[in-house]
Amino acid sequence: MTKKITLKINGAEHTMEVEPRMLLVHAIRENASLTGTHIGCDTSSCGACTILIDGKSAKSCTVLAVQADGKEIATVEGLATAEGLHPIQEGFHLNHALHCGFCTPGMMMRAIELLEKNPNPTEDEIRWGIAGNLCRCTGYNNIVSAIQWTSAKMQGKELPSTEPKFV
Amino acid sequence: MIAENFNYEAPSTLEEAISLLHEYGDEAKILAGGHSLIPMMKLRFAAPTHLIDINNIPGLSYVKEEGGMLKIGAMTKEVEVEDSEIIKSKYHLFTDATKLIADPQVRNFGTLGGNLAHGDAANDHPAVMFALGASVEITGKDGKRTVPIDDFFHGFYTTSVQHGEVLTEIQIPAASGRFGSAYHKAERKVGDYATAGVAAMVQIDEDGKCTRAGIGLTNVNSIPMRAARSEEVLIGSDLSESVINQAALFASEDCNPSEDLRGNVEYKRHLVKIITKRMLNKAISRAK
Repeated sequence: MTKKITLKINGAEHTMEVEPRMLLVHAIRENASLTGTHIGCDTSSCGACTILIDGKSAKSCTVLAVQADGKEIATVEGLATAEGLHPIQEGFHLNHALHCGFCTPGMMMRAIELLEKNPNPTEDEIRWGIAGNLCRCTGYNNIVSAIQWTSAKMQGKELPSTEPKFV
Repeated sequence: MIAENFNYEAPSTLEEAISLLHEYGDEAKILAGGHSLIPMMKLRFAAPTHLIDINNIPGLSYVKEEGGMLKIGAMTKEVEVEDSEIIKSKYHLFTDATKLIADPQVRNFGTLGGNLAHGDAANDHPAVMFALGASVEITGKDGKRTVPIDDFFHGFYTTSVQHGEVLTEIQIPAASGRFGSAYHKAERKVGDYATAGVAAMVQIDEDGKCTRAGIGLTNVNSIPMRAARSEEVLIGSDLSESVINQAALFASEDCNPSEDLRGNVEYKRHLVKIITKRMLNKAISRAK
């Protein structure tokens, strides 16, 4: 019944025997011991489990591990390097874009694909772009600011102010 | 939530997939995008013993115009429809609809074929297909057959796709002349199923007369439906305000919504009337 699969997570190969019903999020958290990807609603509503599969953002609670066999997976653990934080992490940090942090890994992985496809999104495009990720703390404004900041940073543009905005 | 156990196979050709489907009969389900099926399996509303993943079969994902038809491969993902230049330039109702389907992550997986083959009246593409007068190509052991969208939906989660068959292509008469289309659904929050939704298409001749019209309704009937009486008053008319009001009224009378957490019957009929009117006006303005 089990299948042998190999997931390339953040560049490292993880080979594992899984039941076909095992969800990708469980394979990542339990078999590969990468617990940065969170399980929120477990019904593909909240986006906390968002990762990238071959560069495309996906809700890993609604993908089977066997479907990701041989694919490149990116999780939050792969963002920072020895040189420092990824621009999206820096953006979230400087713009106070998290309170409890539960949604943050999914939010950032989603933002990475959004900026990849659309390097200079409008506020409206950012809000539609993160429509599949729920945050129950921030009210989203700082998350939008963080993504705008990251967009500027990644394009080498002048960086917007990171002073808290009271709206 | 964990699904019941099943066997998983991911064939690399359509023939292989069809033969596996024949072998396992009604115990097997096709896995396309999986974003309706996997949640149902996790909730144990569905418990197929075999999943046949058709994602590794090449050649089922495309958007092209050919021989007077817009052809969309069944495995074309929502995001690919959203990004398609042909769709963006001519078939605006797809752009309207895909933006309202679930969320970006789900649209990276969900397929057009799956959205139809799931046979859920709450899905958005059935109404789009009614409005555009689509047909669906189904491939089985003995070859291909084509089913008009009007004959495709049989009941709750039941369509013309029989065991051992795969929905392979969507065929739509290509837009020509002054052609306009629009879709909108009222939803309680982003990614929700429609409280009510309307897809509208009109084609207008040089004298401003309507030569073709299509109206499909989302989630206001037990199966996806066409607002046939509305189309009748539109075709051959000058699309004046009174004609549009009549079409909207007919759509609200002919749908058959049921009361649920999204609203009562009266409210949903009201929504159908208002959205039909708005979508017709939007389609007409796009046809100019």
